[in-house]
Amino acid sequence: MKNRMTVVEGSYAVAHAAKVCRPNVISAYPITPQTHIVEDLSQFVADGEIDCEYMNVESEFSAISALIGASATGARTFSSTTSQGLALMHEALFNASGMRLPIVMTVVNRALSAPINIWNDQQDSISQRDTGWIQLYAEDVQESADMTPQIFKLAEDKDVLLPAMSCMDGFILSHVYEPVILLEQDLTDEFLPGFEPEYILDPGNPMSFGAFADPTTYTEFRYRQEEAMGVALKKIEEIASEFNDIYGRYYGGLVDGYMLDDAEIVIMAMGSVIGTIKDTIDMLRKENISIGLLKVRSFRPFPADAIKAALKNAKLVVTLDKNISIGKNEGALCTEVKACLHNTKLRVPVIGFMLGHGGRDIPIGTIVNIVDKAKAAMRNDSFIESEFADLREDME
Amino acid sequence: MSAGISLLAPGHRGCAGCCDALAGRFLLDALGKDCIVVSPTGCLEVFTTPYPESAWGVPWIHSLFENAAAVASGVEAALKALGRKNNTKVVSIGGDGATLDIGLQAISGAFERGHDFTYVCVDNEAYMNTGVQRSGATPLYASTTTSPSGRKSHGNPLHKKNMPAIMAAHGSPYVATASVSYAPDLMKKIKRAAEIEGPTYVHIHAPCCTGWGFDSSKTIEVGKLAVETAMWPMYEMENGEVTKVRRIKDRKPVEEYLKVQKRFKHLFTKDGAREEVKKIQEIADWNAKHFGLE
Repeated sequence: MKNRMTVVEGSYAVAHAAKVCRPNVISAYPITPQTHIVEDLSQFVADGEIDCEYMNVESEFSAISALIGASATGARTFSSTTSQGLALMHEALFNASGMRLPIVMTVVNRALSAPINIWNDQQDSISQRDTGWIQLYAEDVQESADMTPQIFKLAEDKDVLLPAMSCMDGFILSHVYEPVILLEQDLTDEFLPGFEPEYILDPGNPMSFGAFADPTTYTEFRYRQEEAMGVALKKIEEIASEFNDIYGRYYGGLVDGYMLDDAEIVIMAMGSVIGTIKDTIDMLRKENISIGLLKVRSFRPFPADAIKAALKNAKLVVTLDKNISIGKNEGALCTEVKACLHNTKLRVPVIGFMLGHGGRDIPIGTIVNIVDKAKAAMRNDSFIESEFADLREDME
Repeated sequence: MSAGISLLAPGHRGCAGCCDALAGRFLLDALGKDCIVVSPTGCLEVFTTPYPESAWGVPWIHSLFENAAAVASGVEAALKALGRKNNTKVVSIGGDGATLDIGLQAISGAFERGHDFTYVCVDNEAYMNTGVQRSGATPLYASTTTSPSGRKSHGNPLHKKNMPAIMAAHGSPYVATASVSYAPDLMKKIKRAAEIEGPTYVHIHAPCCTGWGFDSSKTIEVGKLAVETAMWPMYEMENGEVTKVRRIKDRKPVEEYLKVQKRFKHLFTKDGAREEVKKIQEIADWNAKHFGLE
């Protein structure tokens, strides 16, 4: 088999992945570190490599709003944004989900202002948790690219019909050059069928979208969205397997374990930090430390059952979060993992660490320190509820 | 006007004498079935689509308050991308708050991008859906719930924003002003706007009996007074130049328009507000002169 690997920037791999998914309408507004994705897509359009309407809009708010109109008209739609841009979209994110429009967006994760900061953390997408969008998090460039057709297929499934964001860490994944396999057009055509929605804006069959719902009907709209998320839980696993059948690559469905089966300490995390954690685990296993990893791919829908099953032998769970709910002193993964274990027979302690905010580097040493603290907690030397793992001590 | 049942079905929840309902009906009478309508949040949106009912006999979408033009541009882009554009007209119809205030940026962007669509503003000069708060379209000295007249105030202290001029400045090939009180003229302008390729704009003056304070049987009369006093100049602009105006035979003093509305009542109390009425008259005089209405 010939070597299909090529070295490209993460943004290019994702833009290329979006291209082979054959979107009809792309609408985006440039913002660091998403810019390379929209520049690459613009170049594909300029070179005639992609047959779509590319809309250079005047804001992220209009980017998502235009896609709401386009998706309701029956188009496959794609956008990409980050940080402030995603925050600006907030109101429209609820709207897209409430109208069950399967818009797909790559979120290049970045910190939020103030202070203004262009580097990576995951506060932006985590802060959109309750908007009714599917959220998947990629570990590396190949997974970021491969997640694109997977998430189109998921969002557009007639029993799901929810918008979806595929999240990749800014700079760490978007600007890194890695050997990847660019998604093949023929395989993608085989994997991802055309978008043929049942309900569209069509003068031949007039329908009303976005009606006004009073207290007698509103609740059922929310209930249906939640039901669709439940369907998505199953489909994420199925689609990951179908992807593996066609492309020969697999990253786990909802979650993925590494050295998990016999692990007493289980680290849980999302995104590019997974690679650093795996290296740390390899190192610590040589020192006979019983440690493993549970990577969370899907944050919405939240895979509570998959997590409970994966943690059944764990003695201690350590969550890593590149976000914080200010006033709770916890990241979202920590809060949600604790919550999903509460009404079960599993009595496993969960301790949370927040790290990597605003692009602060996460070296192996930071993970080792975290594991040391976890070991101390297991020996009952100390117990940590949740804390920052990488605070500077020399800054007043 | 249509002979049969309007494409905006009766039985909706608009007030008696509602200007928005008239505008919506005239819009669809002018456009016919082959259109897609985008509405921002507002009276028209709320009273026509209480789920699971809808008064719209054409495809219709409401997303948010401030994004109708962006949504419409996406609809147009999708029709093109999917090869379904044909003769289908994409039209956005929204109130003055959604147009002059909160939605202005999205409208500007959509017009700059040159989408083939028509934006229709139904201007009843305040946020009526939420209870008559002032907007950028509220005229000078009108009393609203957020610019009330009082011991130290004659009502709204600011001038009405000149939205048609802003749209003409975008290079729109066709900008027109109209009034619900002149239905055939309004429908002619909508048709023309929809036929012309590119982003076109029609601004409809729409007296709101609830918000302005007049009897629900007087909507058409009040609208006519606005035109006859030159408080609402009716004109068409093509590529930035005024090409047609509706002339006024015997221009009436603005008092005749102001006195029939409760929102201007404070200008005509015992103490009076002669200076303020004079300033309003100056606006009408400027309109008459600028557009050559006489």
